[in-house]
Order: sequence, then structure tokens, then C-alpha cells
Amino acid sequence: MTLRNPPLRETHADSGAKFTEFGGWDMPVEFDSISTEHEAVRESAGIFDVSHMGEVAVAGPDATTLMQRLTTNDVSALSPGDAQYAAIVREDGVMLDDTIVYRLPDDRVETVVGPGVNDGRDDADDTDDAYLFIPNAGHDAEIHERWVDYRDEHDLSATVRNATEDWAMFAVQGPEAAALVSDAAASDLTTVPWFDATFADVAGVECWVARTGYTGEDGFELLCPWEEAATVWHALDDAQPCGLGARATLRIEKGFLLSGQDFDPDDEPRTPFEAGIGFAVDTDTEFVGRDALAEQEAAGTAESFVGLELLDRGVARHGYDVTGDDGHVIGTVTSGTKVPTLDRGVALGYLPTEHTDPGTRVHVVVRGQEKRAQVVDPPFDED
Amino acid sequence: MSFDFPTDRRYRESHEYLTTDAPHRVGISDFAQDELGDVVFVELPSEGDRLSAGDSFGVVESIKAVSDVYAPVSGEVTAINEELFDAPELLNDAPYDDGWMLELDPDDESEIEELMTADEYAEQVE
Repeated sequence: MTLRNPPLRETHADSGAKFTEFGGWDMPVEFDSISTEHEAVRESAGIFDVSHMGEVAVAGPDATTLMQRLTTNDVSALSPGDAQYAAIVREDGVMLDDTIVYRLPDDRVETVVGPGVNDGRDDADDTDDAYLFIPNAGHDAEIHERWVDYRDEHDLSATVRNATEDWAMFAVQGPEAAALVSDAAASDLTTVPWFDATFADVAGVECWVARTGYTGEDGFELLCPWEEAATVWHALDDAQPCGLGARATLRIEKGFLLSGQDFDPDDEPRTPFEAGIGFAVDTDTEFVGRDALAEQEAAGTAESFVGLELLDRGVARHGYDVTGDDGHVIGTVTSGTKVPTLDRGVALGYLPTEHTDPGTRVHVVVRGQEKRAQVVDPPFDED
Repeated sequence: MSFDFPTDRRYRESHEYLTTDAPHRVGISDFAQDELGDVVFVELPSEGDRLSAGDSFGVVESIKAVSDVYAPVSGEVTAINEELFDAPELLNDAPYDDGWMLELDPDDESEIEELMTADEYAEQVE
């Protein structure tokens, strides 16, 4: 299969980045070293090319209804410029993906769905509600199809566009990130509240700038037109360029989920409650999977997502078994690494809910050897 | 990117080196440490263990990946670098010096000649 390239694939290669396949994309995994990049984000600022993330645009008279039915959170609570974390689940409550939903300013429908691009419908105009949401890398086609199918089956009036290759996406993250982005912008962006977003001029390019991120630090995620990617990237390159390697260590350190790894409809079927993101589920709204999740919300889950800290030397990896006192397998590791700034291996995974109190001792089986570990409430970098 | 391949040692195609003079030290090449990135964990055999050429004798784990490491020649392990347990980053910082992994007493010195020279190895990785 041919890999999809981010717009700055060659720019990154010329700067010496190493690459890896992720979600069908050929992405930079490391620019300098994972430890250098990880520390830059914790101490100053790093910039990530995350153009492999999907973008799906939805606009039209029934746009809000369509978004409400297919995401777990309360879309009707969003005002223009708001961002919201949500899960996308099946009828049985199992997560297909997680996403950030942005509600766009009402007068910007054409910016995201494009003039004349409407999947055969001519519904969207500038008086309609408009949304942009971010499926994970490689999920854009499947999620776009899910939206189109649901719209057609329920005769809803909305334009749905897979805009993944309209937009480059950069994350600028770290304690100095907001000031750095703001310095490159025509307006003061440091006053944008957390989980708000706005169109803004950055280096002369109009970008959708959101105060969101995946590192546990302050910062922005910027969407800019695909063909303007170089201008925006170079205006922000006082930040340390970071690859997917540091993106992984940073998010694991904070206990954040990775779609396809910590949950996956085929290999690791989990509901939002099992995965610890019940806060993104509003069962007072009407959505696909609502009944299954309302039932689980009331009954509790048999297994839960936890952090694990290794007490013996070793690194836990995706798929490793977790054992109890008697050597029986009781759970599984879904993500694990050695975080450069911590002296222990850390992992995320699922355990029976009765074994999830912080301090509970378990073992992680690393290449046939049981390594001592204990349950920790992430983030791992705060005691 | 240019790498350093000292000529006082021979190289296996799987990126281990063996110094040609005794004590014969085994480690991984500059190219290998760069490919792996930040090394965070090392598993080594014990002193007195016997290795056959091509045996996996341990594991080098970086943040990104886990890699087996293989014996360049057959022989007995006469020393291991215990410093690597507390400072695995020595494999990145000084792969040919403080980042050595073990010392080996070869059964048959002629096996060393069968390994690649620095020039041959440089050609393989470039």
C-alpha cells in the first residue's frame, strides 16, 4: 500500500528526521532524539507535524443533529469557537474512535465544506451550523462514510466532507508554546481560553487555532491550508521539532488514550467508561450507543483503564500480560514505554476493576519474566 | 549522517562489533545506536556463559524498539559491563568505549577474520 505523505514530508527528511508508518501515513518519528524532544515540550516548546490526523467538515440545517447522533458528548452545548472531546461508538457502546469536535463560526461554512462541494446535496449555506472534527490518523475515510451513511439513512440535510487533505495540522505544545504562536500571529492568541478555538492570521496565513493538545501541556493545535504548511511551520520553528516518538512518551506519561492501541473495535473493544473517559459521555443526549452506555454507567464496568509503574527494571509494551499474585493473567498492557524524564517504565492498560486501587501490586510479563509493578493514577510525573 | 567505524574491530551484519585485540569486547556500532535512538534498557548474559556465533546474547531496548543482539564469534563471556544496567544511555553516548557490552574469550581466533572489516561494514550500512 502506498503511504500518504504529510505536506512537509520532504522538508522533514531534509532536516534529518527519521520516519515511521502510522495509520497509513509516512510520518516523522524522531527529529533529534526522543528525550531531547520530550524535555523541550515539558520545559519550553515543541512543534509536531500531525497532518495525519483526519478532518471531517459537517454543515447544514441538520448538522447539529448529525453530530449529536454520532458522538457521545453534548454537541448542542457548543457555541461557535468551542472545542469538545467525544467518543464515536457503535450501537453496543464499543469505541470506534475518539475525536475533538470544533463548532465553527456560523459565517465560515464555505471555508470548511468548500463552495460547490456537497456530496450531491446543495444544503449548506452561511446561515447553517458548521462543525469540523478530528478523526484519528487513518480513520478519516471510515468515519466520513459513517456520517454520510447515517445522514442518508435518516434523511438528514447536511453536507459532510472529508477535508483531511485540505488541512495541515501542527501542534505547538509546552509552557512557552502559547507565547510563541502568538508572536507569529497578527493578534494576541494568549487570551484564547483552553478548549476554545478561533480563526487567526499566523505568519500571514489564516489558520484555525485551537487551545488544545495531547501532551498535558499548554499550547495550540493549528489547522492551516495544506499548501500553506511550509510558511506556518517555518514561522514556528523556534520550537523544537518533535516526532511521533515524543508524542507517544508525552501522552503515555499523562495517561491519554491512543485510538487503535488503547482501544480498537477489533483488537481491544472498549467502551468509554472502561477506557476512563466517561466524562465525554452525556447519556442525556440521543446518540448511537446511548442505551448500552447508560446501562453500563449505572452498573459499572468489570474492567477499567489504569496506569502501571514498573518497580523492577524493564519496559512494558503493547500486548504484554499483567499477572496477579498467583501468576494468573488478570489484564493486559495497551501502551508502555520508558519516559525519558522518569526513572521507571510506565504503562497503561486494563485490569479487573477490583484490582485498580492505586498502590495495588501486580506483575507485568516482559519476555517471559514477571516484573513487579503497581497501579498508579496517571499522570505519572506528579506524585 | 556520517558514522564512525573504528578499524581496531570487526563487525557482524547485525551491527555488533568485536575488538580484534584481547580483551575482545563486544558492543553495537554507532550506526546501530543511532537507528535505535535513546537506549533505556539492556539485558546481558552472565560471566562464564558460553555463546555460539550468531546466538542472541541479550536485548537492547530503546524507547522505540526492542532488539536482540548476537554473538559475533563463539566463546566464553569473561566480563559484562554492569554499568549499562544503571546507565543504558552509554550505548548512545559512547558505543565503542564506555558503552561496551561484554568481553568474550573466542574459541577460535580465526572466526574473527570472517567478520566484516570497518570498510566492508561501512559499505553495508551506506
